[in-house]
Amino acid sequence: MASTDSKPRSFQEIILRLQNYWAEKGCAVLQPYDMEVGAGTFHPATTLRSLGTNSWAAAYVQPSRRPTDGRYGENPNRLQHYYQYQVLIKPSPPNLQELYLGSLEAIGIDMDLHDIRFVEDDWESPTLGAWGLGWEVWCDGMEVSQFTYFQQVGGHDCHPVSGELTYGLERLAMYVLGVDHVMDMPYNDPQTPIALTYGDVFKQTEQEYSRWNFDVANTDVLLKQFEEAEAECGKILAQDHIDPKTGKRIIMVHPAYDQCIKASHLFNLLDARGVISVTERQAYIGRVRALAKQCADAFVLTSAGGYAA
Amino acid sequence: MPDLLIELFSEEIPARMQVRAAEDLKKRMTDGLVEAGLTYAHAHAFSTPRRLTLALEGLLGESPTIREERKGPKVGAPDKAIDGFLRGAGLTRDQLEERETPKGAVYFASIEKPGRPAAAIIAEVLEDTIRNFPWPKAMRWGTGSLRWVRPLHSILCILSDEAGTEIVPFSVDGIKAGDTTEGHRFMGGGRFAVTGFEDYQIKLKRDHVILESDERAEHIWNDATNVAFAQGLEVVQDKGLLSEVAGLVEWPVVLMGDIAEDFLGLPPEVLQTSMKEHQKFFSVRNPKTDRIEKFITVANRETSDHGATILAGNQKVLFARLSDAKFFWENDIRVAEAGAQDWVDSLNNVTFHNKLGSQGDRIGRIAALSRELAGVVEADADVTEAAARFAKADLSSEMVYEFPELQGLMGRYYAGAAGLPVEVANAAQEHYSPLGPSDDVPSAPVSVAVALADKLDTLTGFWAIDEKPTGSKDPFALRRAALGVIRLVLENDLRLGLDTYFDWQLLRHEAHQGEDALLAQALLADVSAQIAQHGVLGSVVRTVQDAVDGDLPKYISDLRDSLPDTSKDLLGFFHDRLKVYLREQGVRHDVIDACIAMPGNDDLTLLVKRARALGGFLGTEDGVNLLQGFKRANNILTQAEEKDGVEYSFGADVKFAEDDAEKALFAALDAQEGAISSAIEAEDFAAAMGGMAALRAPIDAFFEAVQVNSDNEVVRRNRLNLLSRIRVACLGVADLTRVEG
Repeated sequence: MASTDSKPRSFQEIILRLQNYWAEKGCAVLQPYDMEVGAGTFHPATTLRSLGTNSWAAAYVQPSRRPTDGRYGENPNRLQHYYQYQVLIKPSPPNLQELYLGSLEAIGIDMDLHDIRFVEDDWESPTLGAWGLGWEVWCDGMEVSQFTYFQQVGGHDCHPVSGELTYGLERLAMYVLGVDHVMDMPYNDPQTPIALTYGDVFKQTEQEYSRWNFDVANTDVLLKQFEEAEAECGKILAQDHIDPKTGKRIIMVHPAYDQCIKASHLFNLLDARGVISVTERQAYIGRVRALAKQCADAFVLTSAGGYAA
Repeated sequence: MPDLLIELFSEEIPARMQVRAAEDLKKRMTDGLVEAGLTYAHAHAFSTPRRLTLALEGLLGESPTIREERKGPKVGAPDKAIDGFLRGAGLTRDQLEERETPKGAVYFASIEKPGRPAAAIIAEVLEDTIRNFPWPKAMRWGTGSLRWVRPLHSILCILSDEAGTEIVPFSVDGIKAGDTTEGHRFMGGGRFAVTGFEDYQIKLKRDHVILESDERAEHIWNDATNVAFAQGLEVVQDKGLLSEVAGLVEWPVVLMGDIAEDFLGLPPEVLQTSMKEHQKFFSVRNPKTDRIEKFITVANRETSDHGATILAGNQKVLFARLSDAKFFWENDIRVAEAGAQDWVDSLNNVTFHNKLGSQGDRIGRIAALSRELAGVVEADADVTEAAARFAKADLSSEMVYEFPELQGLMGRYYAGAAGLPVEVANAAQEHYSPLGPSDDVPSAPVSVAVALADKLDTLTGFWAIDEKPTGSKDPFALRRAALGVIRLVLENDLRLGLDTYFDWQLLRHEAHQGEDALLAQALLADVSAQIAQHGVLGSVVRTVQDAVDGDLPKYISDLRDSLPDTSKDLLGFFHDRLKVYLREQGVRHDVIDACIAMPGNDDLTLLVKRARALGGFLGTEDGVNLLQGFKRANNILTQAEEKDGVEYSFGADVKFAEDDAEKALFAALDAQEGAISSAIEAEDFAAAMGGMAALRAPIDAFFEAVQVNSDNEVVRRNRLNLLSRIRVACLGVADLTRVEG
């Protein structure tokens, strides 16, 4: 691994440095959740684990999809598929700001030359029924991260409070690497025999998904899938807590929450297809929030949610 | 006399909350201390992004001892009474004093509440202040239960005098008060101890923190204007931005950067808004070209490269932001130059309100009403309608989507690009005005017509769907819209009966909600024509109903039943807003009520003319006395009418007059009645009041000399009819029965 006092040379090196940094600081380095989500917050390692009394410390990369942000790979910094780096520590440690600043140094941002600022930005996720207070972190006037102390998730007060850090990886990396267009950013080491840019990896997929998201996705199917996911979520949670086969108490929160994630992404796709009116929008968001709330209600009844039998 | 220093050190406090929070800290602490008996000489509060600080000078070292004397029962009173008194005073019998009084020997108790040391009181008041601090939004963190705006890290709380410094023993939620703090997050040298306020301020500055926000703001403004001046430029003033930026830094460093040549063609408002909203940059103008050519950013630190890296980063972010703005502007100009029809059309697909239809529907209604209002303001009807149709077009533009606060202003630019007349361009910007009580009111006729139509459409719409403001809830800013109409009418001296326009627009809203669109349109045309002919709705709907054969849609009969009440209720809302508006200008509420009771009260200019004349008249001696005379006449008359069950209104004849004063009153009325009514006809209310004033002396003399209730029934009735002439003459301007006094 390159030493932290030299500048990173590629997108992946920045990710690797963050992984190493947070591993050293005691986080469990998890892998991305294997479903389509709009942001790293949707990973159950954040949404569900921020609930209940158990301590938790996790860091991971999460591919995130925002169908409405697709620009066919043309826009220098807008993508329908991008990466977030997410850190969640519960309870939030008193030195979380210092830990965060250390992570910026780890990826080659020299604290003596740059102007880092914590600018008020309260976070709210209407679909997750969650909110928190914190900042967007500015580096020389550019937003590089979101820093939030969770106060409520799925309608539940967070106690203890989790500290959440979210880095927009492409934007941060472009800044550190001095690249103006995301597609020009070196993905691996540019000195390597097979050097790949971000565009080599993702340009074509951006085009394909932009076309599909905006013009082709079958809205009837999407609508039907939304209804199905919504119904399935409720059905899963309505099962008896005692599994008749094993006789054990097994509440199926994660399978139910998967359906909530699905519903949320399907809503985003429908939104990108422009078939949801302004008034309907609120209703859909409310339906997803209801699912998130049910999952949160169920999670605090499990041992991972701090439930003691 | 010790001095007290408190610092509450936390993670970054939102800029907008800092100054208020410092004041709250001062108020809550000083209120609490004074209430506990600890007075002080001076108090100063400070804030930076990471701290709230309070310095109190000349605090009492302890609260004063309070002595109180209580009188008890008589000596020799039953034991029960004496024991009760002792319990209340917290004393024993041997502590009581016997004193002789004129009523015999009585027990007296002397109770002493000893003073308490300042530190103990401070600890209590500070804990209460921290736990109940009025942050607009507060949060918990870690495992604690304390709420603060962001995590609270340390508390400095010391008392100091010539003898030295002591830490006030105190802790809250595990945070123990001490005598240390730290300076700048990046340029400071770690934690340090302080001995008092002066030491604190000096050491903070050494560690790169300017404690006073005013000093930071002044520093920013001076440096900014200096660097700009050195290049022959000037900084665009923005007090709100200055105080916000002063709350984002502890050690401000001003840096000036270039705006790339590519962006200098953007409207200055766009550059300014984009730089301010996204980046909190100040705009720097070249007075020779009058263009925004550079920007000022304020960093929170010094660096070894004198800010070169920071400035380069900021410039890069700005480049990306302005590229977006330029992209929006160029796309928008292309649409505008093609006539902007795409924007107008696309508003048909944007919901204004789910019960009031699309923005397109709304624009159609506003355009129709604007056309009808054009005559009132003497504007060309076609130009006015065109202006209304274009006024909201910029809502579809990319620039307004990005910067909603530029709505209207962009409309003006785009109207120019579309080659529309200058009246249309001005109306696009001005039709939103006036937005607040101090905002200017447009005076260009086309702008006034569209501004009125826009607001009246909104008001009638929300009245039609029964979404009126209640209490403090006014989500659609309807009070502001009504005040806007009032100011547009009064300040432009417009004459119009609002009722007609209410009805017109309510009908349009109802037609929109009707199920059969074609029939609705046809009926709307009929009813509108009737309104145009007859003024107000009244029985017009019935007429239309009669004219239509066969079954009527239900909404037409609903309309007949509901519309007049809705219209009346809306007028009442306007009258309430008008009262608030006039009261602020010193017009008495009873004067306004007296004028609202007159016919034609939907003509606000006429209504206010009456109110001002009446207010002026009641300020004179004649006015006050005439009011008394009128009231006396009216009371006698009303009582007689109630008793007799008839109305005395006609037939007073001088030939039945017995007394000279009575004859004189006949003569005065004969002389003034004509003058009063023609003055009222001419709306010269002051002259009409003058005519009434001339009746004052004869009325006074009449009541002095004459007993109205004469035994002679003929004479009595004649006198009552005479009083009725007074009543009629005096009620022509306003309903004086509603005036107090």
